[in-house]
Amino acid sequence: MAKSIDVSDLNIYYGDFLAVEDVTIPIAAKSVTAFIGPSGCGKSTFLRSLNRMHEVIRGARVEGKVLIDGQDLYGADMDPVNVRRMIGMVFQRPNPFPTMSIYDNVLAGQKLNSKRMKKTEADDIVERSLRSAGLWAEVKERLDRPGSGLSGGQQQRLCIARAISVEPEILLMDEPCSALDPISTSVIEDLIHELKSQYTIVIVTHNMQQAARVSDETAFFNLSGVGKPGRLIEHGRTETIFSNPTDSATEAYIQGRFG
Amino acid sequence: MTTTLTPPPVDVSRELYGAQLPTWGPRAVIAAGLLGAAAAYAVGANLLEAALVAWLICMVLPLWSAAVEGRRKATDRLVTTLVTSAFALAMFPLFSILWTVISKGSKVLSAEFFTYSMRNVVGEGGGIYHALVGTLLITGAAAVISIPIGIFAAIYLVEYAEGNRLSRWIRFLVDVMTGIPSIVAGLFAYALFVLFFGEGVRMGIGGSVALSVLMIPILVRSTEEMLKLVPNELREASYALGVPKWRTVAKVVLPTSLAGIVTGITLSIARVIGETAPLLIIVGTTDSVNFNLFNGRMASLPVFAFASQRNPGIPPQFSIDRAWGAALVLLVIVMLLNLIARLVSYFFSPKGER
Ligand SMILES: Nc1ncnc2c1ncn2[C@@H]1O[C@H](COP(=O)(O)OP(=O)(O)O)[C@@H](O)[C@H]1O
Ligand SMILES: [Mg+2]
Repeated sequence: MAKSIDVSDLNIYYGDFLAVEDVTIPIAAKSVTAFIGPSGCGKSTFLRSLNRMHEVIRGARVEGKVLIDGQDLYGADMDPVNVRRMIGMVFQRPNPFPTMSIYDNVLAGQKLNSKRMKKTEADDIVERSLRSAGLWAEVKERLDRPGSGLSGGQQQRLCIARAISVEPEILLMDEPCSALDPISTSVIEDLIHELKSQYTIVIVTHNMQQAARVSDETAFFNLSGVGKPGRLIEHGRTETIFSNPTDSATEAYIQGRFG
Repeated sequence: MTTTLTPPPVDVSRELYGAQLPTWGPRAVIAAGLLGAAAAYAVGANLLEAALVAWLICMVLPLWSAAVEGRRKATDRLVTTLVTSAFALAMFPLFSILWTVISKGSKVLSAEFFTYSMRNVVGEGGGIYHALVGTLLITGAAAVISIPIGIFAAIYLVEYAEGNRLSRWIRFLVDVMTGIPSIVAGLFAYALFVLFFGEGVRMGIGGSVALSVLMIPILVRSTEEMLKLVPNELREASYALGVPKWRTVAKVVLPTSLAGIVTGITLSIARVIGETAPLLIIVGTTDSVNFNLFNGRMASLPVFAFASQRNPGIPPQFSIDRAWGAALVLLVIVMLLNLIARLVSYFFSPKGER
């Protein structure tokens, strides 16, 4: 199931503005990779280029290569819609569909694409996804209530359930816990640990402890200066990056001396 | 000799508590204003003069406040009084119209008034059935024409155009069209239909076309605003699930903004249902019921009211009463449409925790 990602020499633009320069990084299947770095260094931009969400913005484009299990993500015959079915995404702010019930939110990927399903099959998917997202016990009595009536942490887990209900190969998470309280955060961290057995996970976080707790690999991004593009400074095993970084900027950032 | 210690003078500007008017103060002033107005009316002033007396008495409040509370609060009371007066002034024509139409129009209302046409009616009796049918058919057809065009144009502008040059032109033209005088819309429809059917054509559908010209820009504008209110995050959430753009528009964006769009539709119908001039040109009027939008003259409520008071016949009173009745029915329809718009936006908007 889970797939690996291989990025080489990737430049990412907004119109003429080069936001991220020259990223090369391999991401192994069934691993958790954390992206850390100061605000504005292009973590979100890079993450969004991994499932072709970047090009949704007008004038946005990329140069370089991204291989998913050896297939060129930006190849001419790749359909971005299919790419996004295969590579799911969880956003910084929980964004359940306000017009849909909790049940329909979980099935949004199928319903919006008008996929036909038997009722029992649909019920199964909903229960399985909500269980994996650790939300089943809290909402099983009120699946027909609007998803926007849940708390922030519950909404975020609902969005995770929605992302995994279409069974993607890779899960991208952009600061999924930044708007959540510590308890919801630890629930989601546990969840990431469990999901790791099935999915390749890439997570952006501003929280060093979180990166240390959940990830196998860590990549540090930084800006070379104001108005300059963001760059990947170094990446490697999380223990190594945290205990023995090569670059002095990485060490300073991890120890909280800037950013 | 004893010396008395005098306390230092109080610095008033640093006190937390200041002198205040009693809480019943403003109410008392308003009551005094009303009493003064009543008194003025009793001694022979007309309504306008009485209202002026009431207003002048109300202006005592800021003066009183200046004497007791000081400058800052007096300014506050003055501005509050002025703003409230402006509001009352704005309400005045509204209530005046309502009162006139209801008092003059309600006496002809009867079962016969709603179920009879004016065919072969001279003098008393008859009704507005034919005009009611005409208004509903013509406006209904106008809605059928304008709703798809207006909504699709708005979807193009918000979801697909991305600010390109064509969209800027469309937006400009829509703004210009919003200001088109209704008579011009009527002449346009007439000229268009003359091309196909020759001089002197009279058709209900022509009126619908004219009303559409007036409705479409309103619809485009209101729908556009509603679509813009849909947060981009929802579109991105949908794309990230592998949903194509058109499905995202149809199943996420439109349902999320449905309440606002339907409200806009209802209000645009309310806006054109009372149009007289374009219908006068292309639809004309008649005394009989005509269900066929594509053949011949049709009556409509506004044109019926106009024609009844223009050519009242002898004696004129019955016809003029019917004109007021038609005006009242039109007013009630517009009010109902506004009420529906409110209910729709209440019941259809996405529900969070309520
Ligand atoms: N939609 C956009 N249009 C233009 N520039 C953008 C857009 N989004 C982000 N950027 C720019 O790209 C750079 C990286 O931003 P981002 O990826 O959001 O950083 P991070 O997630 O690391 O805080 C910033 O300089 C930002 O101003
Ligand atoms: Mg970011």
